[in-house]
Amino acid sequence: MQNKDIKRLSLILLFAPFALWIILLIMLPHIGMVILSLKEKVAPRVYQYSFANYLEFINEPIYWNTLLRTGSMSLLVTALALLIGFPIAYYIAKIAGPRSRGGLFLLCLIPLWVSDLIRAFGWILLLRETGVISNFLLWTGLVGAPVEFLYNDVAVIIGLTYTVILFMIVPLVSTLDGMDNSMIEAGYNLGGNGFTVLRRIIIPYAMPGIVAGCIVTFMLTAGSYLTPILLGGKNSSWFTEQIYNQFITRFNWEGGAAFGMLLLLFTSLVIWLGLKLSGQTLANTVAKS
Amino acid sequence: MHFKSTLAGLLAATMLAGAGSAQAETLRLLTWGSYAPDELIEKFEAEYPDIDVEVTFSNNEEMIAKLRATGGAGFDLAQPSHDRIYAAQLEYDIYKPLDLSKIDTSVMEAKLLDGVKANTTIEGEVYAVPHQWGTSGLMADKTKAPGLKSWADLCNPEYKGKTSMRLKRTILLGTAFSMGEDPFAAYSDLEKYQGILDKVADKLIECKDNIKAYWKGGDDLSAMMLSGEIVGSETWDSTAYKLFDQNENIVFVPPAEGALAWIDTFALPRKAKADDAAYKWINFVLRPENVTLMSASTGAIAAVQGGQDLLPEDKKAAVNAAFTKEDIDNLKFFANIPPGVEDMEGKTLEKIKAATGG
Repeated sequence: MQNKDIKRLSLILLFAPFALWIILLIMLPHIGMVILSLKEKVAPRVYQYSFANYLEFINEPIYWNTLLRTGSMSLLVTALALLIGFPIAYYIAKIAGPRSRGGLFLLCLIPLWVSDLIRAFGWILLLRETGVISNFLLWTGLVGAPVEFLYNDVAVIIGLTYTVILFMIVPLVSTLDGMDNSMIEAGYNLGGNGFTVLRRIIIPYAMPGIVAGCIVTFMLTAGSYLTPILLGGKNSSWFTEQIYNQFITRFNWEGGAAFGMLLLLFTSLVIWLGLKLSGQTLANTVAKS
Repeated sequence: MHFKSTLAGLLAATMLAGAGSAQAETLRLLTWGSYAPDELIEKFEAEYPDIDVEVTFSNNEEMIAKLRATGGAGFDLAQPSHDRIYAAQLEYDIYKPLDLSKIDTSVMEAKLLDGVKANTTIEGEVYAVPHQWGTSGLMADKTKAPGLKSWADLCNPEYKGKTSMRLKRTILLGTAFSMGEDPFAAYSDLEKYQGILDKVADKLIECKDNIKAYWKGGDDLSAMMLSGEIVGSETWDSTAYKLFDQNENIVFVPPAEGALAWIDTFALPRKAKADDAAYKWINFVLRPENVTLMSASTGAIAAVQGGQDLLPEDKKAAVNAAFTKEDIDNLKFFANIPPGVEDMEGKTLEKIKAATGG
């Protein structure tokens, strides 16, 4: 009996910090946001409850176009991060020797030590019309006049992929690391070629890591603010920018809160769809890895 | 026993520290970047050793958002522009009235003081007095874009891909003036103002093709201008003066329609806790010897009598290269923003940013 009480107590004590974190920092602010988003300003200092802010989103094509744009570009960035990150992760986990593995992993981590802002400025220095790449091309004679690489969607996608790729590599390395090399050997012994082994053995085994990596990179990309703002051009709107505009430029906190909730719902929906379409569940992927 | 005495020592130390900070007053400034140079803060703290100055840098929109979040608490002195006080006070109740008897208003330029007072008086109480003023207009590289004279010239195909602007309300107003409208006069009739905004939006969407990129802050504007990637832009005068220091061909151009003039003010947040220290700071920075230090940092002109003569020499040269007497007479002061206008303008700006045409 006493033993049971002690167990219960230790469970409560261990769980308390997590519960406090979830309730105080995640749930309460979101409840506040929901309440705020359901208010409508009818006159200075007078508010009433209504769905006006959500209706405004539906009725104004600019807003949902921006949200769809943000979503599709985030998916593209996630796919690119997976395509580029997978070979890197495979090399680190399976091919590199035990000594170089740590070094390679460290090299991947180093960009994280600088802030988003500095990384974006790095890209600006490289891509701008009078920047490093443009000047190099001029010097080699490949182009006759300076070329502008900055201020377009390609720059945004490059910058975002660079920022988030690490969050794809880390879970991939940790799942691939646990894979027994003899499984790959067995695949070859049974007559499979490189592609079959990749498709039938490695990818299914790495699935938990792939799903976890995709979820994290997608969420980070869709919610990023600095990189799209700094690298984007005159036509490239990002949904987080709309939220900022609502809150700061238009003093419309109610609208901004509604947009924030919509972004959360939208990204959750995309992830749910992705899991359904790929036949995965959170329990046997993210929770497992 | 040993543990207890350590604890007692710690307690005593905390109490001492607490008592110490209770004696020294803290003045929490909410102001623009460069409006509180270190040199002036050190001088102020030397003169009033019991006041600590803490500075938070911000801009008009964020100042109001910060004060709105706390109902006017957290800061002791704010410096929004004169057109951002009346509506913000009506809507969010974030400022408190000034006690003018504690401010040495006699040193202020009478025209500016009266203008700010007229704009920020609610129910007989004055909410702000002027501090620094300057203009928004154009900047051009004389050698590459000698013909850049009007807001509309930013959309001149001659400079295709070589101009920039900030997608904020200044360019909406400037473009409206260049189309022969008077947006400030239309503030009293919001329906008419919406009509003007729609016309301005069409014009600026058409103009998008001509723009290289929208600048977001003084740094990226300076980089584009100094590297020659653009030859002209909408700008704050202070940014143009800073670039004039580095390249004498880059000058501030007051647009033919009149440069748009702003006045940054002193205003007390509603729940400010150090009013006396705030009044001391206001009177301190208005002293002639401190005005020069302040203007050297801000690049703007102090709203005191003879403020232009108190500019440091390099800034004086830049101002003289930019403004003639007629330009000064032609200044258009930002009119009070009535409630609702920010929302209309914000929506127009979103429309322009999202448009892919042009």
